[in-house]
Amino acid sequence: MALRIPIRVLIPAAVFIVLVAVLAVGIEHSRDVGTIHSPLVGRPGPAWELPTLTDAGRKVGSSQLRGRWYLLNVWATWCFECRAEHDTLLQMQKVSPVPIVGMDWDDDDARALDYISRLGNPYEAIAADRDGHTAVDWGVYGAPETFLVDDQGRIVYKYVGPLTLEVWRTEFVSRLPANPAPSGS
Amino acid sequence: MSASGSRLVRLSAGGCLAAALLLAAAAWSVDPQELPDPAMQARYQHLIHELRCVQCQNESLADSEVNVAGDVRRQVREMMLAGKSDDQIRDYLVARYSEFILFKPKYSWRNAWLWLAPFVLIGIGIAVAARIIRGRAALLATDTEIVDEDSPDAPR
Repeated sequence: MALRIPIRVLIPAAVFIVLVAVLAVGIEHSRDVGTIHSPLVGRPGPAWELPTLTDAGRKVGSSQLRGRWYLLNVWATWCFECRAEHDTLLQMQKVSPVPIVGMDWDDDDARALDYISRLGNPYEAIAADRDGHTAVDWGVYGAPETFLVDDQGRIVYKYVGPLTLEVWRTEFVSRLPANPAPSGS
Repeated sequence: MSASGSRLVRLSAGGCLAAALLLAAAAWSVDPQELPDPAMQARYQHLIHELRCVQCQNESLADSEVNVAGDVRRQVREMMLAGKSDDQIRDYLVARYSEFILFKPKYSWRNAWLWLAPFVLIGIGIAVAARIIRGRAALLATDTEIVDEDSPDAPR
C-alpha cells in the first residue's frame, strides 16, 4: 500500500463508523415507535363470534365468514380518527371486491346506531364487541384498525390508523385475491 | 392536587375525609372489583405492573385509564380466574401484542447482544488499559538514559 494509515487512526475511525451504523439503524427504527407489529399477521385469526349491532338475533364471526375474504374494520363512536376515515370506508365499499365487516368496539349501541344512521353504513355487518373481548383477542390496541382476512380465516394484512383511499390503493389492493368471491359462496 | 392539599391543612375533619375518599377513589378507579383470593390479587397487581399499556405506551397496564388497558386487565383477571399461570397469560398477550407489551423483555438470542454488550465493552476497555499501562511500565523500565533538561536535544 502506498498510503499507510497508522493503526491509531484506523481504530477510532472504525469505532466511529460502527457507532454511526448502530445509531442510524436506531433512528430508522424509531420512525415507527409506537406501532405494534402484530404477530398475528400471516396466521389464522382468532375464532370469533359476536352479535350484530343492527339485528340482535343475528351473529357474525369467523364461521359465518369462512370461505370469503373480508376486511375487518375496528371502530367506535368515541374514536375521532374513525370519524375521519368514515367517508373513505363509504367510498371503499363501492370499489372493494371484498366486503367490509365492522367491529364496534367498547361502545354504546344506541350511540353507534345513531352514528351509522347519520353518516351512512359502509359495512356488510357490524359486530358489537361491547366489552372488548374480541378486540383484545385480535390484538387491537387502538381504533381504527383494519384487518384483511382471507377465505381460510388467515390475517393477510393489518393497517393501524385511519384509512385513506391512498392507503387502500397502495396497501390493500395488491394484497387482494384475483377472485375474492369463489363461486358457491 | 397541591392547591387542594394546602387547603386541607387549614381545614377540618370534613376536608380530610373528602381527601381520603378522593385518594381511595384514585387507588381503585382502574379496577372496579378485586379478585376473590388475596394471593391471586397480589399476582394480578404484580403482573399488571410489568405489562405495558398498548395504547399509552409509557404507562403500565396498572397505571392506565384508557379503555383498551381496562379490556386487557379484564382479560388478565379472567385468565387468572380460569386458572392460567402468569406465563400462560404473558404468552397469550405476547402472541397478540408482541413482546412490546412486556416491560421486562425475555432473554433471547435476538437481544442477547444488548445484554452482553456492556460486558464486552468493559472487557475491551480493560484490555486496552492493561496494554497502555504495560507499555508505559516497559518504557520506564528500559528508560535508563539520563536526560539533561537543559540540553537542546532533550525531549519536550
